[in-house]
Amino acid sequence: MKTADAKKQRTLSAETWRRFKKNKLALSGMIVLLALVLIALSTIVIDLVTDNAIYNNKVIKQNLRLRLQGPSKDHIFGLDEFGRDIFMRMIWAVRYSLFMGTIAIALSTIVGVILGSIAGYYGKVTDNIIMRFMDVLLAIPSMLLATAIVAALGTSLTNVLIAIAISYVPTFARTVRASVLTIKDQEFIEAARAIGASDLRIIFKYILPNSMAPLIVQATLGVAGAILSIAGLSFLGLGIQPPTPEWGSMLSSARSYIREGWHITVIPGLGIMITILALNVMGDGLRDALDPRLKN
Amino acid sequence: MSTVDELIRIENLTVHYETDDAVVHALNDISLSMKKGETLGLVGETGAGKTTLARSILRLIPSPPGIIKSGRIFFEGKDMLTLSEAQMRSIRGNSISMIFQDPMTSLNPVMSVGDQIMEVVEAHNKALGKEEMEKQALSMLEMVGIPASRSHEYPHQFSGGMKQRVIIAIALACNPILLIADEPTTALDVTIQAQVLDMITALKNRLNTAMLLITHDLGVVAQNCDRVAIMYAGQIIELGTLSDIFKRPTHPYTKGLLGSIPSLNKEVKRLSPIKGMMPDPTDLPPGCKFAPRCQYASEVCKQDVPPSYQVSTTHQVRCILAREEVHNG
Repeated sequence: MKTADAKKQRTLSAETWRRFKKNKLALSGMIVLLALVLIALSTIVIDLVTDNAIYNNKVIKQNLRLRLQGPSKDHIFGLDEFGRDIFMRMIWAVRYSLFMGTIAIALSTIVGVILGSIAGYYGKVTDNIIMRFMDVLLAIPSMLLATAIVAALGTSLTNVLIAIAISYVPTFARTVRASVLTIKDQEFIEAARAIGASDLRIIFKYILPNSMAPLIVQATLGVAGAILSIAGLSFLGLGIQPPTPEWGSMLSSARSYIREGWHITVIPGLGIMITILALNVMGDGLRDALDPRLKN
Repeated sequence: MSTVDELIRIENLTVHYETDDAVVHALNDISLSMKKGETLGLVGETGAGKTTLARSILRLIPSPPGIIKSGRIFFEGKDMLTLSEAQMRSIRGNSISMIFQDPMTSLNPVMSVGDQIMEVVEAHNKALGKEEMEKQALSMLEMVGIPASRSHEYPHQFSGGMKQRVIIAIALACNPILLIADEPTTALDVTIQAQVLDMITALKNRLNTAMLLITHDLGVVAQNCDRVAIMYAGQIIELGTLSDIFKRPTHPYTKGLLGSIPSLNKEVKRLSPIKGMMPDPTDLPPGCKFAPRCQYASEVCKQDVPPSYQVSTTHQVRCILAREEVHNG
């Protein structure tokens, strides 16, 4: 009886956490991401406290005499093509790479979910109008679209975010619409209608929770893609402007020095890879933990 | 016709499913009424239009392709077909609720059963606090014989019979005046069937709810219903009290249905099924819909749709053979 009582007390979020904890891989992914978030936040605080002193002296200060120097005791990740400490730059770059990717995808997920569920649920003309517009967006390569949007709006952090968010909306809208279409004809939706649930309630409490799985996977993959897109835009000079450190632009600019110093390409690459891997395993675990059918 | 305790009256309801290829005549000129607290059994073969009738009452016919062509449905004196969608929503689940056929698929797989019962309460009693709602949901669960401690569990953790109980709890949570049970026991095995039906009947009597029980099991009808309506090809061909239908069946189809039940008392070598198939609802015969299968059919039957004859005050039959019975009796 005691266990039954304990079970009763558990809320949905506690239950999810209990199941998420069991997946050690997902848990380690989350720890890595939490560490990155912590790093990003602490650099922001450091900048505020020291009035950008460390940023100016360590992160963007050039020292051409030492350029392309390999990892050493003083600079554990070595120095880049302008003689800047890669370790410091990697750490200061976390906030742009991680936060911008996440925010951009969060934006496009919200918009995509709303558009996709409206299109899928109401169908007919509504569906056609929304999805044909999405098709138009999809027809343009996302990089080109983002470039065009930034070029039109002007280069700034917000505009890069908006551009990347817009270019990812169609994939989310498509994913959500597809799962809405399969779920809306199931009997429990009709049962919900028979108890007097409104359309909004049906979409948000019945259809969307049932279509979370593909959405979470799509979103975690999307963050990875968005980080790369931001890098691409930075490479074209439309994203984050030098000398501000950002993993993608560090990687792009290091490309031409790969023969002289391997470390300056490998390290930002590893940073991106680890972040994306962490996001993916966490997304996987989250998807399983959120699905009550896969309990235990 | 209208009486004080009349709950719902359906007049000349005609429903079509119109697709590009064909028009399915799902309901043809159905008239029916129910009193408060009574149980009406709706019997018919697969495809006779039973479920369409049930959905029309709640205005839940999938549209397109479903269209209510003509007719009126009065529920407590209000014409349901003229109500707005918002007004309909406040009726669904509140005054009229429905139990679906398949308990396996009628529950939201990612919501705990307690929450699903709370959904109905929440949709219709917005003023209630969260605790009140939870209390009501738990008491509903207890009422259908599920321990309240299981309210945090999900549908996949329940057996089929238990799920159907949860669905019944959802249907009865707002004390509806009319309960539509669409083959509530078809998906369950026989021992559970009896339990679930007994429970529905007991709860229905306790809450004084009227029930429209859709089934193709005449045994279920005999045990639970006050009156019976026999449907065939979208029409009600015979309507009467339990004894009218079982003791004095008049329509050849009803006779055929009763004749195809194995009897416990008599030694029967072979059952006598009704020969032939139900007509294609996209291409119904012009006269009596049953004429092609009817051994008594004459030329008149094949040409004109027979009217409904009032054999006695409670008994209506849509067959010209009944006309003679009216004359004789």
